[in-house]
Amino acid sequence: MSDNGLIGTDHVPKDLLAKITGRAKYAEDFRADGMVFAKLLLSPVPRGRVRSLDVRAAMDMEGVLGVLTPDDVPSISGATEPILANEPLYQGQPIAAVAAVDETTAAEAVERLRLDIQRLPFALDPVESLRPGGPNGRDGGNVMKDGEVDTLKWSSAEISRFESDTFPDDLPVTDEWSVGDLEAAFAASDLVIEEAMVYQSQTHHPLESRSAMAYWRNGRVFIHCSTQSVSQTRRAFAGYLDMDEEDVVVISEFCGGAFGSKIRGSLSDMIPALLSQKVGRPVMRRVTRDEETAFGRARPGLQGWIKIGFRSDGKVLALDSLMIQDNGPFGRSGDMVMFGNVLSLAYQPEAMRHRATSVFTNTPPRSAQRAPGGLQGSAMVEPLLDRAARELGVDRMAMMKLNAPQGRARFGPNQNELTSAFVHEAVDRAVELFGWNEKKEWNGRANGSKVTGVGVGFAPFVGGSSGFDGLILIRPDGKLYIHQGIGNLGTHSMLDTARAANDVLQHPWDDTEVVWGDTGKGLPWSSTQSGSQTTHAHTRANHAAAHALREKLQEIAAGDLGGSAGDYDVAQGRVFRRGSPGTGLTFAQAAERAIALGGRYSGEELPDDLDPMTVHAVRRMVGEGLISAVKDPYSHDGSTWSSVITCCVVEVDQETGVVEMKEIVSVTDCGTVLNPRSLEAQVHGGVIQGMSSALLERWAFDPRWGANSNKRFYTAKPITILDVPSRPLEFAALDMADPETPVGARGVGEPPVGAGAAALISAITGALGGRYLNRTPITPDKIVALLEGSRTGYGRMQTHV
Amino acid sequence: MAQINDMMGSFELFQPTELDGAMDLLRRHGEEAWVLSGGMDTFDWLKDRAKRPTVVVDLGGIEELKGIQADNRTLRIGAMTTLTEVANHSEIRSRFPIVAQSAEKVATPQIRNQGTLGGNLCQDTRCWYYRAGWPCYRAGGNTCYANAPGALNREHSILEANRCVAVTPSDVAPTLIALDAEMEIRGRRGTRRVRAEDFFIGPAIDITRMTVLQPSELLTAIHIPDTWAGRPMYFEKVADRKAWDFALVNVASALEVSNGTIHDARIVVGGVAARPLRMRETERAISGHAPNDQTLEVAAQAAVQGARPLQFNEYKVALTKNLVKRAIREARS
Repeated sequence: MSDNGLIGTDHVPKDLLAKITGRAKYAEDFRADGMVFAKLLLSPVPRGRVRSLDVRAAMDMEGVLGVLTPDDVPSISGATEPILANEPLYQGQPIAAVAAVDETTAAEAVERLRLDIQRLPFALDPVESLRPGGPNGRDGGNVMKDGEVDTLKWSSAEISRFESDTFPDDLPVTDEWSVGDLEAAFAASDLVIEEAMVYQSQTHHPLESRSAMAYWRNGRVFIHCSTQSVSQTRRAFAGYLDMDEEDVVVISEFCGGAFGSKIRGSLSDMIPALLSQKVGRPVMRRVTRDEETAFGRARPGLQGWIKIGFRSDGKVLALDSLMIQDNGPFGRSGDMVMFGNVLSLAYQPEAMRHRATSVFTNTPPRSAQRAPGGLQGSAMVEPLLDRAARELGVDRMAMMKLNAPQGRARFGPNQNELTSAFVHEAVDRAVELFGWNEKKEWNGRANGSKVTGVGVGFAPFVGGSSGFDGLILIRPDGKLYIHQGIGNLGTHSMLDTARAANDVLQHPWDDTEVVWGDTGKGLPWSSTQSGSQTTHAHTRANHAAAHALREKLQEIAAGDLGGSAGDYDVAQGRVFRRGSPGTGLTFAQAAERAIALGGRYSGEELPDDLDPMTVHAVRRMVGEGLISAVKDPYSHDGSTWSSVITCCVVEVDQETGVVEMKEIVSVTDCGTVLNPRSLEAQVHGGVIQGMSSALLERWAFDPRWGANSNKRFYTAKPITILDVPSRPLEFAALDMADPETPVGARGVGEPPVGAGAAALISAITGALGGRYLNRTPITPDKIVALLEGSRTGYGRMQTHV
Repeated sequence: MAQINDMMGSFELFQPTELDGAMDLLRRHGEEAWVLSGGMDTFDWLKDRAKRPTVVVDLGGIEELKGIQADNRTLRIGAMTTLTEVANHSEIRSRFPIVAQSAEKVATPQIRNQGTLGGNLCQDTRCWYYRAGWPCYRAGGNTCYANAPGALNREHSILEANRCVAVTPSDVAPTLIALDAEMEIRGRRGTRRVRAEDFFIGPAIDITRMTVLQPSELLTAIHIPDTWAGRPMYFEKVADRKAWDFALVNVASALEVSNGTIHDARIVVGGVAARPLRMRETERAISGHAPNDQTLEVAAQAAVQGARPLQFNEYKVALTKNLVKRAIREARS
């Protein structure tokens, strides 16, 4: 993008040493003078009503300082989640917290809490809740309609249609949209495929659980937590506590994994905050793996039907989807909405209908998980395209190209337009890099009991937002300070997006400090670090702030040294006269001048479109240097999406059902590449996570007791490095700029999971001679049952097994 | 059930350095004492407060329980030898490769570095209902939650269920039975030896224990005789993941084959019953026969004779049959 050339080059992240030496401090590593520990009482039942909670025996223990109960936390309305619950809606929901001098004492005190809880009927499987007389997950209903809790029941005949062998045309749902003439498009189709599918819910499994420590001082609350997005978390916490934002300080310099489960920190971070307020001591609340699985977050499962009409050349003409979403107990997850959008975009059908309903269940709370809805959509539907290609005798990659969104493709209920897409180029690249034309012939090749499968998955997902603030300073030490309100998820985006500013200013990276992770340091209003927004949103914000800073440098130089601002250039820590490089100011001198000049140079005067959080951040730094704070001013015409294509080879053992991954190759269209090494890691990581989801991750609840059987890593079974092929994973990025953003970069955190899951399922299906397993995770028992004709034990649409 | 999980309570910890000292402690504290070897089974129980021992006796400091000694006739593995050492030992790899292979299939490299052979053999079942502290038969209660309608029993037993449907979790146990190993047990009245096959017990014998060990007894060593060294043998574990997982079903075999005929065989299957099952009917069915398709089919059928799958584990019948066939077909010396 510029001569400085930081965009598009590898770098050693500034936080790397701290991470690999263990010096990086995560929330759990902090201590404060007088700090005590909290342990939690969790609901033993999936749904209940606390009749009484007697804390006296616990309070009588030596070393116990206090108990936080549901009566101590802000009340809630509607289907929102309480901090502590008198009427828990899932097993493991926090009911109370005890503060004690150490964790051992706190845990013993929790055991002495006398809880009298009435067990209430509960809902696990959404379809059970839709049955006539089926249990509702909440008082007042089982679904959310128009923002209100409502009741939706299907008749027995309707339930039968949903569970039958043919696509159910007319079932009542809460949400529906359609474009085009669906009936005509199906009528024009040469091949129609319909299939039922169950995609399991799954826990996020961040390696760092959501521990938090909080204390109060001088009317302010300081919260050390694990969050994806620092500034947004500050605003959320202020809302939870009904406080002014300036009085909430969020510290989270490192986040050890989140995948969407800590977008704005965690509601449960309020427990140590409120308990600290109550007992007057700093409170550390460490979260165990058992607790993380209980009240951390999970991806909503989807169960439903897909029907697709194809033209003889493989073009998707019609697409009809019906999805029931396992919502958990609170709010409404967006997966089912994104599911429809992703399919509409990915296959560009001439006509499409998407129907969906989210059903409350008394299972752990849901939130977005890496490609929410997109993963499930790509994983469920790509293998059906595989089948169509086989039945129509069409090359799968040619078919992908035929259907792919390209350029400013339109999609969704409103037929929004993309900013750009280069999927045709990505398909060509994948064919070449993987050796598709040779390897596709391996499909079904047997070696003893092992059969090779070759699969491909294409997955698009949103890749960028806009309209956030950039905040950059030059201090009198001559260094550039780039303030970032986003988080540090390990993707390096808080560093990579800063480098956009360096390139504008032609400034060396070594003379740059990136400030992040502590709102006390003055952080601007930023995007949530979710939905793959960050790369796009904050290359823009930093690019804009750097441009404004550049202009100010030029103005200061012209004012001091004569000429007009346009006569000056900026590079290598100086602003200097073009053609006369000796005439100029160092950044240090310019910073001193800005302090002396005041006004719009020192932060005293600010643009009036800045978010209040950015204004507060700057107010703390007025007079400390040359300050540039601007709101992203660039146009953003269209919807920004990235995509990944993954090809893989697997071997399926027909006697044992064991799937072995052999080769994985991925190609991404994500605009301009910021950091090649980090991008590659991001894509491989996502692909593997998607494969983990499709192949392994277990989510099973006992139907009588509503208890989760998979609360530990060894039972929930996220993928391990030993499941990944020993052969190096291969990768390519197109590196073609998106025209609707100044740096050209889009985010790509999410698409790889869908591509990985889809490629793997397609490969397994290929190895099984096209026999389709309509249920994830595809564990050996399911493959053996399919091949040997064993009874599986679960109903066609049953979940939580 | 405990009101709080995943948080270890307090107990008195003893770390003897001599076996005699450990035996004294076990005698003194009786059923109150919990024996800790590598901790890979123990810590779950203690953290979930489902077992609340007041005394823990850590065997980690007792050198005489560690190490591998081999002579021509037998190989002795101390119970506190880590699984990594077992998997890497050259003598084991050459004479009894399936012991090394099965040890190498346990959990993860990290767990194998910490976990011991004795601990792997003596570990409790992994039925999640039981381990989460549900008051089931095995825990002294009067029901089996895993065998209730709709209960999650994909991992549970298809054979020999008796009230409890939990299964043996060990990967190494089937190989030791296949090789006719003996367990050296130290008790109040000195040392005794028990055949590996008899060391593991099902719920019909004692529903609260997985082995014959009494509270004041310790497994001190495993002796593997040279009988099967160099003969065709086989081990395979089928699990969801390649690491950090318990077997859905595992199989071990040792065969005596000459002139294309099987003369003797020991075939053991894990993950299908509360103890590793020696498939005696299968062994009888194949002895005197060539390992052809017909023999394999008879062998496989014999292995699952009387199987009574639960709601979610019928696949184990087919999987067991396939693995038993493989254990005969693929056995290599």
